[in-house]
Amino acid sequence: MERIYIFKRFERFWHWTQALLIIVMMITGFEIHGTYSNLGFESAVQLHTLSAWALITLWVFAIFWHFTTGEWKQYIPTMDKVEAMFRYYLTGIFTNAEHPFRQTTLHKHNPLQRLAYLLVKLMINPLIWVTGFLYLFYTSWDKWGLGWLNLEWIATIHVIAAFMMLIFFIAHIYLATTGHKPMSHIKAMITGWEEID
Amino acid sequence: MFTRDQLIAPVLGIACALALAVSMPAAATATPAAEAVQEVAAGLEGAVAKAAAEVAATAGQAGPDAGVAAPAPAPVVAATEEEAKSSSTADHSKFKELNIDFKSGPEVTTACLECHTEAAKQIHKTKHWSWEYTNPDTGQKLGKKNVINNFCTSVTSNNSFCSACHIGYGWSDDSFDFSSEANVDCIVCHDTTGTYKKLPGLSGHPNYETIEWPPHSGKFRPPTDLKKIAQNVGPTSRKTCGTCHFYGGGGDAVKHGDLDSSLTNPGRYLDVHMDSKGLNFTCSRCHVTDEHEVSGSRYGVTAADEKGMLVPGSLDPRNPTTCVACHGNTPHPDKAAKLNDHTRKLACQTCHIPAYARSTLQTKMSWDWSTAGKLDEQGHRIQLKNSAGKVVYDSKKGNFTYDRYVVPEYQWFNGEVKFTLFGDKVSEDGVVKINEFQGDANDPDARIWPVRVFRGKQMYDKGLQTLAVLHTAGEDDAAFWGNYDWDKAMEVGMRAAGSEYSGELGFVSTEMSWPVTHMVSPKEDALKCESCHTDGGRLAGIEGIYLPARDRMPLIDTIGFGLALLALIGVLIHGGIRVILAKREA
Repeated sequence: MERIYIFKRFERFWHWTQALLIIVMMITGFEIHGTYSNLGFESAVQLHTLSAWALITLWVFAIFWHFTTGEWKQYIPTMDKVEAMFRYYLTGIFTNAEHPFRQTTLHKHNPLQRLAYLLVKLMINPLIWVTGFLYLFYTSWDKWGLGWLNLEWIATIHVIAAFMMLIFFIAHIYLATTGHKPMSHIKAMITGWEEID
Repeated sequence: MFTRDQLIAPVLGIACALALAVSMPAAATATPAAEAVQEVAAGLEGAVAKAAAEVAATAGQAGPDAGVAAPAPAPVVAATEEEAKSSSTADHSKFKELNIDFKSGPEVTTACLECHTEAAKQIHKTKHWSWEYTNPDTGQKLGKKNVINNFCTSVTSNNSFCSACHIGYGWSDDSFDFSSEANVDCIVCHDTTGTYKKLPGLSGHPNYETIEWPPHSGKFRPPTDLKKIAQNVGPTSRKTCGTCHFYGGGGDAVKHGDLDSSLTNPGRYLDVHMDSKGLNFTCSRCHVTDEHEVSGSRYGVTAADEKGMLVPGSLDPRNPTTCVACHGNTPHPDKAAKLNDHTRKLACQTCHIPAYARSTLQTKMSWDWSTAGKLDEQGHRIQLKNSAGKVVYDSKKGNFTYDRYVVPEYQWFNGEVKFTLFGDKVSEDGVVKINEFQGDANDPDARIWPVRVFRGKQMYDKGLQTLAVLHTAGEDDAAFWGNYDWDKAMEVGMRAAGSEYSGELGFVSTEMSWPVTHMVSPKEDALKCESCHTDGGRLAGIEGIYLPARDRMPLIDTIGFGLALLALIGVLIHGGIRVILAKREA
């Protein structure tokens, strides 16, 4: 059994705080959307808004961290071994085939992870962030020359992005159990140390 | 370049902030499972209500801290009626001009005018006197004299009764002299004794002789003590205005719903401004009056006031009788800034008057004239009462329904009201709108308003296809309330209105709308967000806006939750297979 140090302290803090904020925002967001009643609309809005600002603050630091540490390179997309990854998840994982990707400190994400996280960072997050910001400040649209926008469409795009996040969330949690042992990835995200073969 | 350790310090600071943000009890109990979580919400309501109370407007608390300005430097606890009287520079009981045994109202007025030389001339220019108003936008001739409502329906041909609420003496028919100064009734608005009462049937006069009142009751009213009343005149009060405005439509609380005698001495709960132990506003505190012209008429409503506060001393001639004139357009404190966004679309009243008729008094909700005129076997008038002692059937008037704590209806309103007047074509198909509030979501002058809708069925002339003027009250043998003969009463009424009755009487369903604007609740009783931000909430019928939690695109939801469900099923199957295979190996 080999152990390597994959996730640094800030990265782990960033991950779990972000996870918590996103869960809170999904719960409160779908209440604001009218899917169910839970905290009451007012509390849901307050918590959702507070979480949004907290997450944005966190992102500012995370972006800074990625660039100052060079960690952003972990997300450079590659198609190399993507097919192999798919094949592994479809069949290999059931037959104890060897994992096509070997984690290292310099390459801690497999090619599918790279693509998925890049999609989250470059599409889902900005979509949520921009529409959420517009949603929050819809009374200022006229002042900003955005009077042509329509709240219904902004809200709808925001919700579509939220559904993308929800689907990512489900897949992400499940795939976190596909490490060396079911808890390997999760432990790594907590302690920083990943068990590998 | 920062080292990792240099970065960690600020990051830990944020961590604390974030931990605080997410450690609210709400987050811990939240689950995405839909309906099952209602109980949790109920448990949290107290906390939410407290938060709401903290962020809601400080409507009643004048002063710079509350972010609210009064129109004039007003003491927080206003004078009681007695104190108000004592603040006057004149003690009317010391005037020899008033130390007279007056025989009639006009005699008192003549005495008043000896000093207040311009008062009657001012009154002559007002709606209170003329009962007429021409809407400058629509050209419609309105006012009590012209409008047909769905309560007693019409003043025309019934003046001797209706003029009990006219600020004049002697308006019994068209011969009334509107230029007479002595015929102005000063007392009805300026009495402080509470003993002055203009009685229906006396054409605006009080009783000068002993009179059985109510008729056939066996009770007697002594002659009105005009000398005592004249010597005790004072400023108008909720009581004097209420003499007429609380009793419109034939009784206490009947007509407006948001105006009744409970406002004579209301608690804070009933009206945060009129609260007799608190701000103690008189009517004229908002209905600012100049030269006897009272501002803030229902015939010329300012539905949206975008100009903000009306600073004392301002030369702006706009209507001062709006919430905004004192509170401005962003009355909520910064921590509730989201509420200020709402003033673009909502009238203040929509959230701050969650229900009207909030005292023990029931307001009338409907009036069906079509059942009127039924008599018992001896040919006598029938009156049936409900368990609360309210008349639900009267041979004179038909059927009524009542209610209290009435939730208003809501609609876009830009201040313009179109009336269905005498002569306008009506039919039994559909509902006749006695008056129709104008405006929609795209109208910058429109706001969503709480509205009292009074529904009824009333007389119309089938041949002429117009709302009817019925001669209801009077001493003659045609008045419906004495003789119950529809055709006779219609003939006299329609002729008085300038038409000949076709001989065909019908009944049409009607609706009359009243803006709800009195009985302003304290901030803690204002509507909560989820009153509207929900399916089937208070604004369920309001079109033209996107209302979060009420509105969504069902297709997007179906696709979104559908895909999420597929993803969940997919990972469960995938995981299930892994678990089974792992067990087999073991």
